[in-house]
Amino acid sequence: MKLKPFKTIGIGATFSPNLEANLYEASRLAMLFDSKLILIHVGESSDDKKVKFQSILQPFIEKGLDYDIVFKPGKPVDVILSITSSYNIDLLLIGALKRENFVKFYLGSIARQITRKALCSVLLLTHSSVDNKPCKHIVVNGLKDPKTKETICLSFYMATNFKAKKMTIVEEIAQQEVAVSVEDDKSLRRANINKERIKLREDSRVKKLIEDIDEQYTSSVNYNIQPIFGKRGYSIGHYAEVVRADLLIMNAPDKTSFLDRLFPHDIEHILTELPTDVLIVR
Amino acid sequence: MSPKKNNLALFVKQMPKNIFSGFVVSLIALPLGLGLAMASEAPPISGVITAIIGGIIVSFLGGSNVTISGPGNGLVGVLLAAILTLGLNDAYAAIICSGILLIILGFLRLGILADFFPSSAIQGMLAAIGLIILGKQFHIMLGNKISRPSNIDYLLEIPNTIIQAFSYENSGFTYAAIAGVLSLAIMIFYPKIRNKYLQLIPAPMWIVILSIAFSYYYELVLKLPNPIDAKYMLSGIPEAAQIITEIPSISFGKIGLPVFWSSVISLTLIASIESLLSIKAVDKLDPERRRSNVNKDIKALGLATIGSGFLGGLNVVTVIARSSVNVNNGGTNRSANFFHAFFLVLFIVLFSTQLTRIPLPALMAILVFTGYKLASPDMVKKIFYIGKEQVIIFLITLITTLNVGLISGISIGVFTTFIIHVMVNKSFSFFFRNWLKPNVLMFKEEHEANNYYVSVKHFCSFLNYYKLKQKLDSIPENEEVIVDFSFCEFVDHTVMENLHNYQELFAKNGGSFEIVGLDMHETDSKHPFALRRILPVPTFFENNLTKRQTLIGEIAENLDLNYNAKKNKDILFLNEFLFFKTRQANHIYNEVSGSDHSFNLFDIEFSEGEFIAKEVVRTTMLEIKLNQDAPSFTLDKEGFLERVYAFAGYDDIQIKNQTEFSKNFYLMGEDKEAITHFFTDNLVNFFESNPYYHIDSNGKSILIFQKERLASIKELKGLLDFGKRLQSTINE
Repeated sequence: MKLKPFKTIGIGATFSPNLEANLYEASRLAMLFDSKLILIHVGESSDDKKVKFQSILQPFIEKGLDYDIVFKPGKPVDVILSITSSYNIDLLLIGALKRENFVKFYLGSIARQITRKALCSVLLLTHSSVDNKPCKHIVVNGLKDPKTKETICLSFYMATNFKAKKMTIVEEIAQQEVAVSVEDDKSLRRANINKERIKLREDSRVKKLIEDIDEQYTSSVNYNIQPIFGKRGYSIGHYAEVVRADLLIMNAPDKTSFLDRLFPHDIEHILTELPTDVLIVR
Repeated sequence: MSPKKNNLALFVKQMPKNIFSGFVVSLIALPLGLGLAMASEAPPISGVITAIIGGIIVSFLGGSNVTISGPGNGLVGVLLAAILTLGLNDAYAAIICSGILLIILGFLRLGILADFFPSSAIQGMLAAIGLIILGKQFHIMLGNKISRPSNIDYLLEIPNTIIQAFSYENSGFTYAAIAGVLSLAIMIFYPKIRNKYLQLIPAPMWIVILSIAFSYYYELVLKLPNPIDAKYMLSGIPEAAQIITEIPSISFGKIGLPVFWSSVISLTLIASIESLLSIKAVDKLDPERRRSNVNKDIKALGLATIGSGFLGGLNVVTVIARSSVNVNNGGTNRSANFFHAFFLVLFIVLFSTQLTRIPLPALMAILVFTGYKLASPDMVKKIFYIGKEQVIIFLITLITTLNVGLISGISIGVFTTFIIHVMVNKSFSFFFRNWLKPNVLMFKEEHEANNYYVSVKHFCSFLNYYKLKQKLDSIPENEEVIVDFSFCEFVDHTVMENLHNYQELFAKNGGSFEIVGLDMHETDSKHPFALRRILPVPTFFENNLTKRQTLIGEIAENLDLNYNAKKNKDILFLNEFLFFKTRQANHIYNEVSGSDHSFNLFDIEFSEGEFIAKEVVRTTMLEIKLNQDAPSFTLDKEGFLERVYAFAGYDDIQIKNQTEFSKNFYLMGEDKEAITHFFTDNLVNFFESNPYYHIDSNGKSILIFQKERLASIKELKGLLDFGKRLQSTINE
């Protein structure tokens, strides 16, 4: 397990009403993980802008924030992606937009493209604010996937750092896995037996993953395993919303093609309606 | 849980009950079969053939338990159109093809099909079918056979026929009209007379028996010809042997025409909707609360339809009225369906010549009543209470179905519903964006109450109800469920109504089903099924109290008791009583209770049966709580009906050394030993020396009542007194 997963944190900075809140969140994270913060601004460099950014970061600079401001004109998506790779950024922060009249968040089209194409982990911020708000409950996926181990590992690391009280590892059990369609009492009983069996199997699989993680991270976190029945990738967001989680951590999808966007699955669902802050681990 | 070897023993043990109930159902199926077939312009016997084939095939291959299959009233309109456009022989081919389609639907597990139709649209369609039946048969009922081009014309002609009926020159027509009106009167007043001897035979059979008796009376006693015109007598009933030898020739000649396939599709659509709705409703009545395998049933119905089509019968569907008669008469498994077919065969073999003595208007009166029930003004009123928009959907579907046809009617109904939903939400993209999203999440709350939690997002309407239904169906009915609509912005009437059904189902099976998160939603009407929001308790405006209510109030005041005249829907406690296993309690009112809640006297409205066999009963009951645990039992005075039930398989429990009591009272229950122990000499003496009441015990409390009507003030006092003394006798 990597003890310091995020050495460099990047954030795209534009002069929007959310700028201050986003920068505060980013700086706090950088301080917490002891990593370098890189501000990426798409546009020409100017002293004026630099001063503005610095004035916002001032309280953190005083506390010893290690930061850098990068200016580069061009297409936003390309610029941010290229800087991410050239500066070795391993966590990219993206602020979400609020849908009018609703308490719902979604990603703008640029943010969505970045999320899909980025090669590093991405944290999508919904309720970014100037004030520090505690992270109490983390929800993480426990999918049967080679990446899951790392994701869960990282979640424990985050939970320990955030001093989160609670962590829930969610196993999404798809209807296909139950493999019995309920038609009458008999098939209902069979389906329920199947569900129990899948649940036990998944439980033991996740427990095995956790056993391998260094105890210094697992000991202070109160975690449980929750099987849910629903569509993969979508229902976990729904679950995070229902339990009012503060952070949802998910595996990155393998690859998204054009078809995946037409028939959304996994992460694509989450991008259209963000239930809470979402960390996509790569 | 249930060892296999006991199944056969149980089956044999329940056999007499099922034979009896199959017999009673066949009594209602015979006249209905004849009538429905004639209303569809098919030969009368084809309805009976349908019921026989349906009963035999579905009883062996079906997936439901207490349903009865046969010709359905919903199909009359479609069959009529099919036979008129295609001709009878090609219509048989269409029936066979629709049977094949039904089997395919069954294999594709499309039993969920009926969930995609908004309930107001379905009701509008059913009401239109009711009006088609009523409009056409009303004229024959009054001895005025007419033929008009459209369904509406038949309806408009009704006042004309009524006027004409008073001035027939041919007395044969007048007698025909009298037979029709008398039969209609029997159908209307039969449920109101609660006499157990009379009720043994269903109303349609009374009509058949009386009209055959009338014909014999003229022939044998008066030695006169039947006064009813021969044109209005049932004709074309073949001998049993003829049915087998003279199978109609089926023509597949029009199979290439679009009109053939539109008939096939209408037949399949209506047959599946009618069957699915019936199965759902009958499952609610099943005393053992089993779940029907809908897809298996659809396959069996499809196969039965194919068989029936080849033998000159009509579409086989699951029928609700006959199924509910089956449940009320003690049918417990599919063998009742088989025996119903068996008795029909027996009737045809033995009495086919007698059937020609039935006047047509008498049969048509049964259909007019059926049609009226489908389109009764009460239903429109109920829909109006739910919301004005539902009335629009209902009426548009109704009018289109009458004017154009069934498929157009239901399509327009679905479309209108959707448009109204878009208008209510003032957004089309809201539906478009979220329609295909998997909006239902279900999980078991692990560390708390261990209940199921279902959360619904975005919107939940007829468009995506199947997703919610799929999740809810995978929960055993004795579990606890919370359905949360906090994240759901729009819930429609169809969903609310279906959820209400789930609530009843779970309550009856000992589970609980709660709906939360609708408090912030808005609604137009105060009806609990209104779209968008459910109100905790509908507020009824204060009525002036009736004299009876004032008197009850006075009694309560004199005895220092609490009195509440308002309707109370909190009637879950009734479900545990044996009496309510096959009856549906609606609400209780006029409650009188002691301050310590040890007893509760109330008026109750409950219903028995479904659809045309539905009877709403109001009565007064007293519930007393026991200090000690008692066995569950039912105590009744031994009467005629109970003798029939005893013959059908129930055991009367005999109490030692109390032969007089055992002779006079009928005591039944599962735990024989505990019951004999419970009935001490003291208690037996109490029952013998006091007026007779029906007693029902659920182990914790006892339900006492006497008549199937509301009690007068005097009876009410008597009931209260009896209950209190019984309470002290038991608690001693």
